[in-house]
Amino acid sequence: MERIPILQMGRTLLVTIQVDMQDRTAMALQDDLSTRIEQTGATGVLIDISALEMVDSFIGRMLASISGIAQVLDATTVVVGMRPAVAITLVELGLSLPGVRTALDVEKGMALLAQAARGAVRAR
Amino acid sequence: MQTATQALEALLREEGDAVLDLWSRELRDTGARLGTGAQTERQQLLAGLLAALQGGAPTDDIQAPAWDELRNRLDQLSRSWAAQGLPAAETTSFLLAFKRPLFEGLQRRLASGAGQTEAVWAVSSLIDRLAQWMLAVYQRSREDIIQRQQQELLELSTPVVKLWDGVLAVPMIGTLDSARTQLVMETLLQRIVETGSALAIIDITGVPTVDTLVAQHLIKTVTAIRLMGADCIISGIRPQIAQTMVHLGIDLQGITTKATLADALAQALRRNGYGVTRSADAA
Repeated sequence: MERIPILQMGRTLLVTIQVDMQDRTAMALQDDLSTRIEQTGATGVLIDISALEMVDSFIGRMLASISGIAQVLDATTVVVGMRPAVAITLVELGLSLPGVRTALDVEKGMALLAQAARGAVRAR
Repeated sequence: MQTATQALEALLREEGDAVLDLWSRELRDTGARLGTGAQTERQQLLAGLLAALQGGAPTDDIQAPAWDELRNRLDQLSRSWAAQGLPAAETTSFLLAFKRPLFEGLQRRLASGAGQTEAVWAVSSLIDRLAQWMLAVYQRSREDIIQRQQQELLELSTPVVKLWDGVLAVPMIGTLDSARTQLVMETLLQRIVETGSALAIIDITGVPTVDTLVAQHLIKTVTAIRLMGADCIISGIRPQIAQTMVHLGIDLQGITTKATLADALAQALRRNGYGVTRSADAA
C-alpha cells in the first residue's frame, strides 16, 4: 500500500497529496501524521491538496478529523490549494469543514502557520 | 402506388415550368409573404423532388436515403427562414401551396377513378410529411437560438472583475437560481485560482429578492470560497432584503456582509493593510 510522505520543515510538517486517495491511504496518513506530530513536537501541519482531483465524503471527513487530531496535539492545520471542482464537490456533499483552516497556496499557508505560531490567528 | 410516383415524376419532368408558375400564383393568392420571392428556392425544391423520385424514393417514407438531398435543402431553407424570423405558418404554407399545382397536374394526366384518388392521396401525404419535417427543423433551429441566447445571457450576467490586487468582485444581476449560482461559483473559484486573490466580494445589489433558496446558494458559494482558502464578503444588501432575511430566519453563518460595495472594498483594503487618505489641498 502506498504511504503519503510527511516532510518536516522546522516545526512544520508538510504533506503533499499527489495521488488519488484511497480510504486506506487516508487512514494511514491520519495515523502517521498523529505519530509524527507527537514525535517532532510540530506546531503546524500543512496539507497541500492541489494535485487532488477527486474527493468523496470520506476524504473530506478525513481532512476534518486530521485537523481535529492536530488541534488536540496543539498543532495548527492548514489545507492549501484546493481546486475549485473539489471545493464545489465538498460543498455539495454538505461538508463545509468547519474548523479547518485553508489557504490558496503553500506560500500563503506557511504565512498563516507562522502567524498562528505567533498566536496572532484566532480560530475562525 | 407505383403509378402515383411515375405520374408525379412525369408531371414534374415534362411540365416543371407550368407547375412552378402555378405554385407561384397559388402563393400569391394565399397572400403568403414569400409570394413572389423565393423563385430560386421553388426551382431547387422542384428539381430536388424530381431527382429524389427518379432516384426511386418511396412517397410514404421521407426518411429514406433517396430523400436525403431534398431534406437537406428543406433543412437549409427552414433554418434560414427561422433565422430571419419568418413565422412558422409561412414556412409550411410555402410548401403546402405546392399541393394544388400537383393535384391539378395529376388530375389532367390520370384517368379519374381509384388510381387518380390514390395518386392524389399519396402526393398529398408526401407534401404533408415534407411540411411537417420542415416545421420540425424550423422549431429545432428556433430552440437552438433560444438556448444560445440563454447561454449568452448567463455568461453576460456573471462577470468577475478585479477591484484591487488580490480582491475580486462579482456584481450579481437578476434572480439567482441553481444554474446561475453554479456558473458564478465555477467562474469565481476559477478566477480565484488564476489570480491568487485572497478576497472575493459578491455584490447582490442587482438581485431583486432573496429567499431561503437564494440564501442557500449564497452560503454554498461562500463556503466553497472559504474551502479554497480565500475569504468572501457579501455586499449590496438592501434594507428590504435585510428585513426579509431576518424575517425568514436566514442565518448567514458568520459571513461578512456589508451594505454597499464601497464598504466592502474599504474593508478589503484595510484587511490588506492599505489606507485611503484625502489630500489636504483637494478642492
